[in-house]
Amino acid sequence: MLLAEQALNGLQYGMMLFLMAAGLTLVFGVMGLINLAHGSLYMTGAFACAVVAAATGSFWLGLAASLAAAAAAGALVEIAVIRRLYARDHLDQVLATFALILVFSEGTRWLFGSFPLYLKLPPSLSGAVLLPGGLHYPLFRLVIIGFGAAVALGLWWLITRTRLGIRIRAGEADREMIGALGVDIARLYTIVFALGAALAGLAGALVGTIQSVQVGMGEPVLILAFVVVVIGGIGSIKGAFIGALLVGMTDTLGKALLPDLFGQVLDASSANTVGASLASVLIYVLMAVVLILRPQGLFGARS
Amino acid sequence: MRAMLTRDTAINLAILALLVATAIAAHLLGEGFAVTLATKAAIFGLAGVGLNLALGYGGLISFGHAAFFGIGGYVTGILASHAAAGTPVATLPFTVMGSNEMLGIWPMAMLAAGLAALAIGALSLRTSGVYFIMVTLAFAQMLYYFAISWPRYGGEDGLSFYVRNSFPGLNTFAPIQYFAICAVLLAVALGFTAVVTQSRFGLALQAARQNDQRTVAVGIRPYAIRLMAFVLSGMIVGLAGSLYADLNRFVSPAMLSWHMSGEIMVFVILGGVGRLCGPVAGAAIFILLEHVLGGISDYWQALLGLLLLAIVLFAPGGLIGIVTGRGRHA
Repeated sequence: MLLAEQALNGLQYGMMLFLMAAGLTLVFGVMGLINLAHGSLYMTGAFACAVVAAATGSFWLGLAASLAAAAAAGALVEIAVIRRLYARDHLDQVLATFALILVFSEGTRWLFGSFPLYLKLPPSLSGAVLLPGGLHYPLFRLVIIGFGAAVALGLWWLITRTRLGIRIRAGEADREMIGALGVDIARLYTIVFALGAALAGLAGALVGTIQSVQVGMGEPVLILAFVVVVIGGIGSIKGAFIGALLVGMTDTLGKALLPDLFGQVLDASSANTVGASLASVLIYVLMAVVLILRPQGLFGARS
Repeated sequence: MRAMLTRDTAINLAILALLVATAIAAHLLGEGFAVTLATKAAIFGLAGVGLNLALGYGGLISFGHAAFFGIGGYVTGILASHAAAGTPVATLPFTVMGSNEMLGIWPMAMLAAGLAALAIGALSLRTSGVYFIMVTLAFAQMLYYFAISWPRYGGEDGLSFYVRNSFPGLNTFAPIQYFAICAVLLAVALGFTAVVTQSRFGLALQAARQNDQRTVAVGIRPYAIRLMAFVLSGMIVGLAGSLYADLNRFVSPAMLSWHMSGEIMVFVILGGVGRLCGPVAGAAIFILLEHVLGGISDYWQALLGLLLLAIVLFAPGGLIGIVTGRGRHA
């Protein structure tokens, strides 16, 4: 029973990581850009949702606002800063997007202060549902799993079945050629960047309801999203999906089970310490193993 | 080319002279705080010099050097706290006692950082490009979470040790004397970097940065060379971490955080990538900005961010690049 609940928690965590990693991997794959400020867009989405939901009383309006705000912030950042960095090396991209994090974080602190905001769930989404097998599970976590699955399906449809998807894939393969064929690359890149930002903003708004909304909330998630992208392989949406579920499950189950597992051989207090320390680094061990076996990630084509 | 080199050398010497002169002047004026700021600049400069070996000369964009900075710090804090308590650090496989002698602590800090760099580098260097950046970042973050979840040495709260470690013949509590120690080590590291980058090893390292395939074609294995550079780089940064721990008499997971990695990288880039004294200038300017902007606004990091952004977008050679009128990498 506990195991089933933890497995669902892991699935929910994985779906949330997928929303983050999908945007990152799209931007890597299409533009070859490393964006450290992706976590700032996640934070933007969470703050937009919290503020609009508090002002209007509607969580759904807040959620829409998170998408709009993150996409707008993404587009703005792309036009003002990011597009000057495509031709630069990764070092410049890292430094510039690191600078953007400082600007976003301190700007948000200036606007909203250092205290966390809290998002209230609408009554229709709060409470628990009884799952087959007799498990009571929070409805909202199931909703997040649903959102993640829907976004995964939607992205798959977008990339494989639409004109925009064809252009995105063509942009990954050869950016000069699609430019020569008459595609407005600058606009395409802005759209892809804004799309990735919107996904991050959605993740931020959803997670903001479980935890709290505060400055700096995007940074731990960003690093986990990097781990996901490394495991899945850069540019692969499928890799991001499978990597995110792997990381979500490993982290959640590790934290739930490892202390007990060590309890079999060690005394209770040291089992807790060792178990908790090991659980906190488990996903990095997973990443190391994947790197040893496949340096380009599970589904990565290029390194 | 010849004239450019001497101009770079002159600027290098001027930067060091300025740092030392600032510290001495502050000491004579009785401004202990300013001496401490100069010490901080020297220590951060040392960390930058260490990273520059991998980043500037080797082209290895490591976003995880806080790992080595933090390990150096934790080795120092752990040895010092055990020395204060009179308990051994470890009894298996052999007994390791605590220590409060810098001369004993530095090699231990560098050894631990070097071993970590060997492990992290061996794995990370299997990848390149964006992967390398993310993998080094992730491994450093792993140590960060490990430090937070390991309560024995303070966990999230960090570890204080109340007495600064000692150095034979010097009073390390006197700010100017501790500055002297840090400045001398910085000078040694700069001399070491100058020698190493002109050695066969250093030239091979720079060749591998410029053209991987040609390096392989002339019979050099880039992996081994890069790993060596990564380890040396980690050891220097570990030494800087040890000095920083002694400066504050405190270590915390913050030394391992990715903000620290970002800052060390900023020192290098602010001053100029792949320039001998670039990181020293960068660290000194960073400390100065932190101090000045911090006095203007509580939100000084936003101003710092905008400034950094301007430098990346409009002055890619760093500040020394502006002075010498030359882009990055000679």
